Amino acid sequence: MKYYDKLIFELSESGRCAFSLREAKVEVELPDNLKRQSPLPLPEVSEVDVVRHYTNLSQMNFGVDTGFYPLGSCTMKYNPKIDEEISQLPEFRDAHPLMHSEGLEEIYSQLDKALAAITGMSHFTFQPCAGAHGELTGLMLMRAYHESRGDFGRKRIIVPDSAHGTNPASAAICGLDVVVVKSKENGLVDIESLKPLLGEDLAGIMLTNPNTLGLFEKDIKQIASLVHGCGGLLYYDGANMNPLLGVVRPGDMGFDIMHLNLHKTFSTPHGGGGPGSGPVGVCEKLVPLLGIIRTSAFHGNTGVIIKALAYILSLGKQHIALAGKYASLNANYIKESLRDSYKLPIDSVCKHEFVFDGLLEPNGVSTLDVAKRLLDYGYHAPTIYFPMLFHQSIMIEPTETESKQTLDEFIAVMKKIAQEAVEDPELLHSAPHNTPVGRPDETAAARQPILRWRPE
Amino acid sequence: MLQPTKAAYKMTEHFAYFPHTEKDVREMLDRISLSSLDELYSDVPSEFIYRGDYDLPDAMSEQQLRNYFEKLASRAPRKKVFVGQGAYDHYSPSVLQYICSRSEFLTSYTPYQAEISQGTLRYIFEFQSMICNLTGMDVANASMYDGATAAAEAMRVCISSTRKRNTVLLSSSLLPNVLETIRTYARFSGIELLEIPSLEGQTSLEALRSLLSDQVAGVILPQINRYGVVEDHSAFSEAIHQAGALMVEYCDPSALAVIKSPAEWGADIAVGDAQSLGIPLSYGGPYVGFMACRSEYMRKLPGRLVGQTVDAQGRRCYVLTLQAREQHIRREKATSNICSNQSLMALWVTVYLSLMGPKGLKRVNDLSYEGAHELKRGLMETGLFEDPFPQRPFIKEFVLKPLCDVAELQQALDGAGYFAALQTEEGYVSFCVTEKHEAEEVAEIIRIVESLKQ
Repeated sequence: MKYYDKLIFELSESGRCAFSLREAKVEVELPDNLKRQSPLPLPEVSEVDVVRHYTNLSQMNFGVDTGFYPLGSCTMKYNPKIDEEISQLPEFRDAHPLMHSEGLEEIYSQLDKALAAITGMSHFTFQPCAGAHGELTGLMLMRAYHESRGDFGRKRIIVPDSAHGTNPASAAICGLDVVVVKSKENGLVDIESLKPLLGEDLAGIMLTNPNTLGLFEKDIKQIASLVHGCGGLLYYDGANMNPLLGVVRPGDMGFDIMHLNLHKTFSTPHGGGGPGSGPVGVCEKLVPLLGIIRTSAFHGNTGVIIKALAYILSLGKQHIALAGKYASLNANYIKESLRDSYKLPIDSVCKHEFVFDGLLEPNGVSTLDVAKRLLDYGYHAPTIYFPMLFHQSIMIEPTETESKQTLDEFIAVMKKIAQEAVEDPELLHSAPHNTPVGRPDETAAARQPILRWRPE
Repeated sequence: MLQPTKAAYKMTEHFAYFPHTEKDVREMLDRISLSSLDELYSDVPSEFIYRGDYDLPDAMSEQQLRNYFEKLASRAPRKKVFVGQGAYDHYSPSVLQYICSRSEFLTSYTPYQAEISQGTLRYIFEFQSMICNLTGMDVANASMYDGATAAAEAMRVCISSTRKRNTVLLSSSLLPNVLETIRTYARFSGIELLEIPSLEGQTSLEALRSLLSDQVAGVILPQINRYGVVEDHSAFSEAIHQAGALMVEYCDPSALAVIKSPAEWGADIAVGDAQSLGIPLSYGGPYVGFMACRSEYMRKLPGRLVGQTVDAQGRRCYVLTLQAREQHIRREKATSNICSNQSLMALWVTVYLSLMGPKGLKRVNDLSYEGAHELKRGLMETGLFEDPFPQRPFIKEFVLKPLCDVAELQQALDGAGYFAALQTEEGYVSFCVTEKHEAEEVAEIIRIVESLKQ
């Protein structure tokens, strides 16, 4: 990666153009008071300028295709190329959303069927464009269900302290009061703390299973019976579905509503932060409500949906049973290989991810320093400082698409960094050293925000 | 029980996405002191281990996958699209797909590690800048899911930016699916909505005035509405601001090259869908919403924001900023629950606007205007339609009141390969023409409609 400094605006030269359109015979005619008066400072560049500029930018970026990306809770698995190609077939690419299209309707219905088979839910809505959007849609369905039964008093929702930040945020936007349930020392939901939170005003509980520590909530049966017992529903945050892929179905555990992140579990690329897709599945009794909730403009992110179906069909019934298991195998392998160098706060078999609480011998070196040093060695950093249950969280999720060889190399580098922390902590405080830019001054960015280029 | 471990890894010998060899698995299990893959799930109550056969098809090879989807594609025949209603068939230059397919962009995550994400951060900064330039606003976020959700989030910003006000006014001429999405969000957020009626195809200022009160936090208006009409919002801003509410303009950013910008109308917030800026129709998504506002509302914005700063060596660089608004820090007190947005689609838009520049974007409007006005003139001449809003200006989209059988009309157009004359809630038929369409196609549609007269 090399440093490249320009903004596209800085390449602009009045009179240059990169568009190729036929001449117009007329100009837009509008009454004067409807016309734009102010200048439109968009770049004026040539086509080659555009191609070089964005190619240069891409070379300052790290993707799954660049190298190992063990970002916890993000499931950065390999994104198959054939799925990209299929999603771009002209018949799919050029279809208007309000058009009747048998082929595309069939794709939606096949994916619905496949996801139902994989999760044990009845049906899915595909409108949500991301995981958090799925949470919001799912919680709306939860409230709509209670209200459809004339039960308007259920305004509280239980969320564990280890939950993704989107859970409480989605609940708040859905008009629910968030009640936090604590985790025990072993990282699991504390049943005794849960019991007093139950009641007739409970809408339900949001659970991530395995949770963000990568631990399976093994009391799930009891949790489900307690929540159902007081009339609440169970919401499954599918962000951590990957280790259960082909092994456990959320529907069988008693979950009533769930979302999946197609951009995690079903291998569609993350695109630098979207587009994703967060379909929401429900059990039989909530199916009639699916039609009444509109949370986006059309059917959903069709392009993403096609890729997810292609991925599932390539797995098929033969390979699906191993996806989750290999994800868990890879995570446990890293965990056990590094526990002599990094602090393992909870010693238990993990699923797709696990959390270290910093170095065993920190010598003043923080999790941030370790993460930044990893960049020097050509790896993306794990998720850091999350979950907030520990002060120096390093959350590692390798996914099933990484080989033992890749993991071994990563383990060796992590050990080397632990060694460097003892011998030369300054090297880590000032890392990264080999990236296009060093650590950005985040305080300055927030104190006097510069959020746009301005014409001079 | 689960497959015995030994058989289990035999199954994957030929699966391209699992790199594990039998030897790897054995060595890895040894390292973690387990004897089988199943033991990784020893903490899962055995009743929850799925022992059934997944109801899925047999695994497909790449060739089989290709055949399967090509067969589905043949059941999704391509049409020449002459309908808009929130999804516009503008031309997408070749460079877009080429650049946006680069895997460094495509296969990266949200740019948390700024040092190895300068590509993503830089184009988002450019995207934010371009949205500001188009709308005339001070600040724009890194993207929203689509226009409908952007409008719903704008409603929430109105509520959080005012005190003790819980009502938002919506123009009834907003696109139907935008209205429906806002209504869904409002219902669960406990926000009151009132609809401003339209008069002769445009939001009524008089009706708006009568609905404004000290309970109204904001007003959401379409710059170009569901009828394709370019609305006149003269005196709207004064009325809205006098009542202490925020003004939100829902816009088609493609048209902002020629029509008055939200800032010029005096809006506080601009939202919309940027699909019209080079993003293929793709049966409804992925698209990309945007939200821009005046600087006083900056800290109320939902979602990601990229800011400029310097690194330790003083080099200009970019970073996610003002994160104290966001869910991963503030949890239930965040301005929004947004985490993933539509980053890659923001790249599509950024590259598109770089290619088009101010002149190209104007040309897109001129060509669309030319085709749409030619089509409307021709259709009116058939005598099979009435113009419900003859005095209202439009650019590329318009509705007509059909005096003929709509099903027959649609069938005739469909038979010739056109998707056009979409029926609206009001019983109108809607048309849209873009620069993609040739004069010959417009003439053919007119001829087809003409032939219905006999």
